[in-house]
Amino acid sequence: MNLNTQIIIDASYLAAAFLFIYGLKRMSSPVTARSGIVVAGIGMLVATLASLLYYFGVNEAAQPHLNTNVILAITALTLGTGWAWWSGKKVAMTAMPQMVALYNGMGGGAAAAIAAVELLRTGAEHQTIPLVVTIIGALIGAISLSGSLIAWAKLDGKINGTWRLSGMQVINGTIFLATLATGLYIVFGAHGHAHPGIVAAFFGGALVFGVMMTMPIGGADMPVVISLYNAFTGLAVGFEGYVLQNPALMIAGMVVGSAGTLLTLLMAKAMNRSVSNVIFSNFGATGDEQQGEIKGSQKPAEAGDAAVNMRYASKVIIAPGYGLAVAQAQHKLYEFVKLLTDAGVEVKFAIHPVAGRMPGHMNVLLAEAGVPYDMIYDLEDINNEFKEADVAIVIGANDTVNPAARTNKSSPIYGMPILNVDHAKQVYVVKRGQGKGYSGVENELFFADNTNLVYGDALKVMVSMIQAVKSLDGGH
Amino acid sequence: MDLTVTLTGFVALYIFMLAAFTGYEIIGRVPAILHTPLMSGSNFVHGIVVVGAMYALLNATSTVEQVIGFFGVLLGAGNAAGGYVVTERMLEMFKPSGKKTGDKK
Repeated sequence: MNLNTQIIIDASYLAAAFLFIYGLKRMSSPVTARSGIVVAGIGMLVATLASLLYYFGVNEAAQPHLNTNVILAITALTLGTGWAWWSGKKVAMTAMPQMVALYNGMGGGAAAAIAAVELLRTGAEHQTIPLVVTIIGALIGAISLSGSLIAWAKLDGKINGTWRLSGMQVINGTIFLATLATGLYIVFGAHGHAHPGIVAAFFGGALVFGVMMTMPIGGADMPVVISLYNAFTGLAVGFEGYVLQNPALMIAGMVVGSAGTLLTLLMAKAMNRSVSNVIFSNFGATGDEQQGEIKGSQKPAEAGDAAVNMRYASKVIIAPGYGLAVAQAQHKLYEFVKLLTDAGVEVKFAIHPVAGRMPGHMNVLLAEAGVPYDMIYDLEDINNEFKEADVAIVIGANDTVNPAARTNKSSPIYGMPILNVDHAKQVYVVKRGQGKGYSGVENELFFADNTNLVYGDALKVMVSMIQAVKSLDGGH
Repeated sequence: MDLTVTLTGFVALYIFMLAAFTGYEIIGRVPAILHTPLMSGSNFVHGIVVVGAMYALLNATSTVEQVIGFFGVLLGAGNAAGGYVVTERMLEMFKPSGKKTGDKK
């Protein structure tokens, strides 16, 4: 390759690595976050444009195919970018987690594809260490691809429920070991010159393992799994970057790998579970068995009465959950909140770390409705305030406010930190029906003396609450 | 002048180690409200894999390599573009109460 071309490519990657890290850094504060993604985006643009310069330095062997390759590359770039841009623009905020899972799986697949090309390049000389790294990256990338696709399908409702075989862990272990053995054979037996069928079997094994590993995981644990696969893809990209001697891939991949791992641990901690517990336990499957009868009855309340009660309260705390977002009621909720604050009521939002389908998902949904982020409080910051609140209103949340997590040792959610809404003087729960939460656990909060249930679709309930308060203030 | 450096052995390990600490430091101090955008943002950053896939595809010598390389670039480009759009849409919505956009009547 021409030396000047090489310098341009290398300098572009250096710039890209800097822009990624600086961009992520800016994304770590709400004030600068918006510009952070733009900075990182410029980095991506620079690196991708620079990669076109590979045109001037391809291998001897690839020269005859160069024109076809360039056409394929441009087509793939256009199609991939176009489709993802379009799908990313039109997806609803509530469906964001599954889109992140999908894009993440695509990244894992790309890393696995790089590895596959490397392993099938039989003409080349292979050294042991790069070969080992290629295989590890291929394994992680392929697992991330198929696992993320299952996570996407589950969150999108394309696959329902958990799917489990008896002796699943033995089967999974066998598949994993067989895949690993194939990988070891490719490196140490065939020295990188394995038959394409064996390479295909290796990737097939890794893909099947990703599916098998994700299928038994319940929907409530999906955020942790997506975050884990995000870290996996990062690592796979980093490893393949080493194989290709590309520092931009190495740095970006490893930054994401470690950041993703830490984020996964933080998420699992917020649910009071370990990552291995999430992946290997049968959460939800045993949920129905050991629950005692809950005493008391569910007392209904009218939306209008609840609204008036809140209008004359001095402090109201709102605990929103995924149900709010499903009903698309966040805008009406904020309209109602503005009525309350205009009347002098102190209103705060309490967000459980796993509210929504990803940590912070609920913050995004509230931000979409225009709720300023300084009205929104994390669990640790607000949990002691519930006892001073006149009214706590739970909208479309269930497991994150279930007192059984504090008291009932046999409950599957025992030990998970919850919002102490039951400490408020009056609790309203806006709920569609008498169903259970995502984890399938009955909620004793709904039967408590100070709890009233407002049945109905969250959007309709919010509309009647707004009307009730407006007619009240308009009347005098 | 030769600027070509081979990233082998310990040099690669140094890069990996420093990058890992960088990632840890960035996430470690982030408020929970930004976890989702940041997960999405880091998802975007590993879309850089498209660059590696471009290299693999441009150097492809057989039909099999071309097909796999094509899908590599396709998937990588999807990762990068999708990750960017989704992250930007999320971050666009974060506003403090002081700077409300003028939709108040």
